[in-house]
Amino acid sequence: MWNRLTLTELAQRLAQRETSASEALAACWDRIQQVDPVLHAYLSCDIAEARLQAEAADRALASGATHREQPLLGVPISLKDIIAVREQPLTCGSKLLANFVSPYDAAVTEKLRAAGAVLFGRLNLDEFAMGSSTENSGFGPARNPWDPSRIPGGSSGGSAVAVAADECAAALGSDTGGSVRQPAACCGVVGLKPTYGRVSRYGLVAYASSLDQIGTLTKDVRDAATLLGAIGGHDPRDSTSVPQPVPDYTATLEQGVRGLKLGLPKEYFVGGLDPEVRAAVEAAVAQFQQLGAETIEISLPHTDYAIAAYYIIAPAEASANLARFDGVRYGSRVAGADLLELYQRTRGAGFGPEVKRRIILGTYVLSSGYYDAYYLRAQKVRTLIRQDFLEAFGTVDAILTPTTPSAAFPLGEKSDDPLRMYLEDIYTVSCNLAGICGLSLPCGFTRQPRLPIGLQLLGKPFGEATLLRLAYAYEQATSWHREKPPLPHAPERA
Amino acid sequence: MAKKDFDVSYVAHLARLELASAEAESLGRQLGQVLAYMAKLEELDVAQVEPTAHAVPLANVTRPDEIRPSLSNADALRNAPASNDGLFVVPKIVE
Repeated sequence: MWNRLTLTELAQRLAQRETSASEALAACWDRIQQVDPVLHAYLSCDIAEARLQAEAADRALASGATHREQPLLGVPISLKDIIAVREQPLTCGSKLLANFVSPYDAAVTEKLRAAGAVLFGRLNLDEFAMGSSTENSGFGPARNPWDPSRIPGGSSGGSAVAVAADECAAALGSDTGGSVRQPAACCGVVGLKPTYGRVSRYGLVAYASSLDQIGTLTKDVRDAATLLGAIGGHDPRDSTSVPQPVPDYTATLEQGVRGLKLGLPKEYFVGGLDPEVRAAVEAAVAQFQQLGAETIEISLPHTDYAIAAYYIIAPAEASANLARFDGVRYGSRVAGADLLELYQRTRGAGFGPEVKRRIILGTYVLSSGYYDAYYLRAQKVRTLIRQDFLEAFGTVDAILTPTTPSAAFPLGEKSDDPLRMYLEDIYTVSCNLAGICGLSLPCGFTRQPRLPIGLQLLGKPFGEATLLRLAYAYEQATSWHREKPPLPHAPERA
Repeated sequence: MAKKDFDVSYVAHLARLELASAEAESLGRQLGQVLAYMAKLEELDVAQVEPTAHAVPLANVTRPDEIRPSLSNADALRNAPASNDGLFVVPKIVE
């Protein structure tokens, strides 16, 4: 059962030689065989290559390598299939890239390798990270381990599922408008979206470049602190990565929350918030007060405009970024009479409906005559939203909100209504627009059916240490993170 | 600000995206709704507000202009749908 351990627990067992990297990987692989036919967290898994990495880690351990130097030595970690790993598939959940093999490693991949991790498996996602349910995967949806008839959240759905279902020790995802935090909330794990610029985006296939950030999905808060420490830092290959030193996030975890001030934005506790989610979040507020934190009501007055601004800016950037998928240099190609027809047919056949929707929307808001009315106006509203947060952080150390308005919804419920689906992101998109950091952690369950509820903490730019410290204190005082989904489920009949 | 005559086929042409007619019809309807929702932003007076393109506290990031390791020709071509003689193959574009 080595797959059930947290990253930190597993690293300790490896250090004490109670298990080996090869055994830990084998336990994950067994678990994948057992549960993934239903959950579909993984799009592919090159287990033979992963075994070689595990054997190399075991040899390193045998010859005296330590977890002090390599904190992830021998720990099996899986990546969302939009982060490049050399010689492995990089489909981005898109049929257009079904056969793409990455010729290089992302910066985070290099860093995880240097820290000793065993990288295995490619995790399911909404196509090009566009979606909130993983239903937009070109290869079939992932399913929620707490109830496989429900969505696991998205777009890093596979990452959240794999961690929740103990198919790996920890995972990386990417978060453009909530794509790490929302699936973490839906699946009952910890999801951390670092400050824009904290983690290099080199080798992360771009969706909306000014909002994208790689984040962690882990079984607890300490694991998030360890993993962020491993992947954070400046990288000259990403000009938006910020040259700020990476602190030891684990060193400050246990400092407690006495004296810290938490803001509760009144605009987040309004109609549309499910009563059970509200009750769980309010109980968490009481828990923080008991732990010695101060809580005050604050206002983020432009909250109501965040979805509209986000769904202009993100598709605008996406329409530009996805122009590169034209059937010329990589991906599938559909022939045409001339180059124009080749482009049109290739993109028409290769992209799924949500990606087409966002490309059309983004192209429209950038087009002549509409640029000022939509794109420029949205960028100005982005300024107002960012100012809301920076002003709030003048008085509070962090902001506490629900991660999602309700628990995981059934597959198919919103897939034909894009606007309803977009409104699901109401609590998460502002964080990306403002470029701050955010974290979701489990804070309870709905009654019937029993589904995880997520608590979101939002922090100052480069304030991850404070967020992790708050989350750790709450986690130590509660037991939500120790609950496991009722697996395995029998495969549904086709 | 949401134009009633949102022309999906024109925008699809700009985006070099072929759409089946049923697809264009449903996309047009859905995006009409989305754009109507965006009209919300008109409620705000943003005349005196500067736009934010990104939230990074950096400007004009440069690096020395030096040759560094990069993808080999073979690596760059390995995912190409068609290549020949170290080059991408595309339909003729100049008569």
